[in-house]
Amino acid sequence: MNKSYAEQFYYLMKLGRVFELRAKEEYMKGNIGGFLHLAIGEEAVHVGSVLGFGKGDVFVHYREHVYALAKGIEPKYIMAELFGKITGVSKGKGGSMHLYDPKFNFYGGNAIVGAYIPHAVGTAFARKYMGDTTGVLVAFGDGATNSGNFFESINTASKWEVPVLFLCENNYYAIGTRIDRVSPFVDLYKKAKDYMPAKQVDGMNIFEVFDAVKKAKEYIESEGKPYFIEALTYRYEPHSITDTGDYRSPRELKIAKEKDPIENLKAIALREGLLTEDYIKFVDDKVKQIVEDAVEFAISSPEPPLEELYKDVFCEVCIDVVS
Amino acid sequence: MLYREALNKALDEMMSRDSSVVLLGEDIGFYGGNYKVTEGLYARYGEKRVIDTPIAENTIVGTAIGMAIGGLRPVAEIMTVNFSLIAFDQIVNQLAKIRYMSGGKITLPMVIRMPQGVAKQLAAQHSQSLERLFASIPGLRVLVASDATTAYYGLKFAISTDDPVIFLEHLLLYPEKMEIEEEKHFSPYRARIKKEGEGITIISYLKMLHDTLKAVPTIEKELDTTCEVIDLCSINPLDVETISKSVKKTKRLVVITEEPKTGSYANEILNKVLEEVFYELDAPPLKIGAEDVPTPYNRTLELASIPTPEKIAKQIIIWGRKHGI
Repeated sequence: MNKSYAEQFYYLMKLGRVFELRAKEEYMKGNIGGFLHLAIGEEAVHVGSVLGFGKGDVFVHYREHVYALAKGIEPKYIMAELFGKITGVSKGKGGSMHLYDPKFNFYGGNAIVGAYIPHAVGTAFARKYMGDTTGVLVAFGDGATNSGNFFESINTASKWEVPVLFLCENNYYAIGTRIDRVSPFVDLYKKAKDYMPAKQVDGMNIFEVFDAVKKAKEYIESEGKPYFIEALTYRYEPHSITDTGDYRSPRELKIAKEKDPIENLKAIALREGLLTEDYIKFVDDKVKQIVEDAVEFAISSPEPPLEELYKDVFCEVCIDVVS
Repeated sequence: MLYREALNKALDEMMSRDSSVVLLGEDIGFYGGNYKVTEGLYARYGEKRVIDTPIAENTIVGTAIGMAIGGLRPVAEIMTVNFSLIAFDQIVNQLAKIRYMSGGKITLPMVIRMPQGVAKQLAAQHSQSLERLFASIPGLRVLVASDATTAYYGLKFAISTDDPVIFLEHLLLYPEKMEIEEEKHFSPYRARIKKEGEGITIISYLKMLHDTLKAVPTIEKELDTTCEVIDLCSINPLDVETISKSVKKTKRLVVITEEPKTGSYANEILNKVLEEVFYELDAPPLKIGAEDVPTPYNRTLELASIPTPEKIAKQIIIWGRKHGI
């Protein structure tokens, strides 16, 4: 592991956490509406997988702010989207759950559990068809592995031999229902192991996530076949900001927080000489400023004009004649 | 030429013109298609472009969406419209919404082709018409191919436009002999006047259009008038202008669909057209549709459940006499 990666890990994880804590504050003030799903506690999976994967399309769920940041979308455009402003990454029409930017190979942000897994399979097919061997990353939670979309997709991706990395973030809870109440077994990689190589990693350790994803990426691109990783993780916040989260005991939460992925990274990186206290302080100050600037940008951005209501439903430049 | 061959010709031409056009669906490749629409294309274009999928409609539409995101122009075949219900999350929550939710950053140039309607004794789960469901979802274009001309040009348009298109065919039309009329500029969203007339405007499409045309000579003879028969061609958008213009001339309107009458797409046609022509009418409009029952297996009951040329003629004649034609 080199120093440059450790610095990127720390920067993006810290940016993600500060961004989300600030988004929570703005939600409480009424500046952000609807649902707000925070990934606090899961940053090692989100940042580690995006950096380990490198180049390639990413499809994710509705808890996707940190993925979007790690893919390179500027914080201010994400914050503006949360505020519903025209300057937002989806022009204020998608909100927190629907961040899209093809420039960064980022395809959502999808609010239907598991429904975008087949999209990743189709896009991988398209890339391969056009002679591009780059893999596609699709991330979903433990809850999605009980859905038809998941099982249909591992079957199809395996048969079609397309380079998809299926990344399951097992945070043990599908909203408020613990995984062992709805799945016959809780080692979820076993659901995929007859279709493709499948392994389980510690999702609170970014080095482990990064390494596993990097190796998986090499596999899917050299073999042209799918791969499955289950990352064991934990979300500190409730499912959504409107959920009380009282289905988990304070003791369980405390134990999880003791494995905090950012503290974990700091401890390992300082011990190994990959990060310095000075760098950590520098990043802490920097991300605070970036997030303040993003909030300022969102506040000062205009509302979408009313005519936006009718735009982007259909193609506006298409000619309605065929000859 | 057969109706299904017109569809095949459209697919073939678009595939030979553009390598980003791919087909996917159940049995469409090696087997040749359950209704033979894709016959010969597997041999011509190979398994990478004519893709056999599992019997998993959700996956057919879901992977097609992904292919469209990845730069292809997929044409998904759902074996019949009845099975599209399995893919409804993909169609309604994904296909119809992603362009809008992404602020226009993602376009999904794809087609879902599927036959619908009552065929012959296929029973309730294989006999539905569902255009009302697709029509009511913002973000979907919905076309209906009633003859070889609209099948051929309509499908070519559906493949070439950047909007997602639901392309509805009819099971009983596949083996029908008909010819493609040459058109220099085909407007897919325009209704087409199949027969001009002065006394009654009749709106229809798919198989009901053919049944209507069969009923017309009797209606004209009995009521001593002439009928203007319009093929709707496009469900969404609805060509209110062409219909309104006709009704302003004839002063009378009949809408015929194969959907059960309650909540059918005929209601939407009537609503939009009446807003334009209400005071022009000389009679209340007539809606003809299927009975509000699941389609029965028994042939006598099945025929009793849907409009037929004889029933269309009878209902219009009774309605016409009652309202002074």
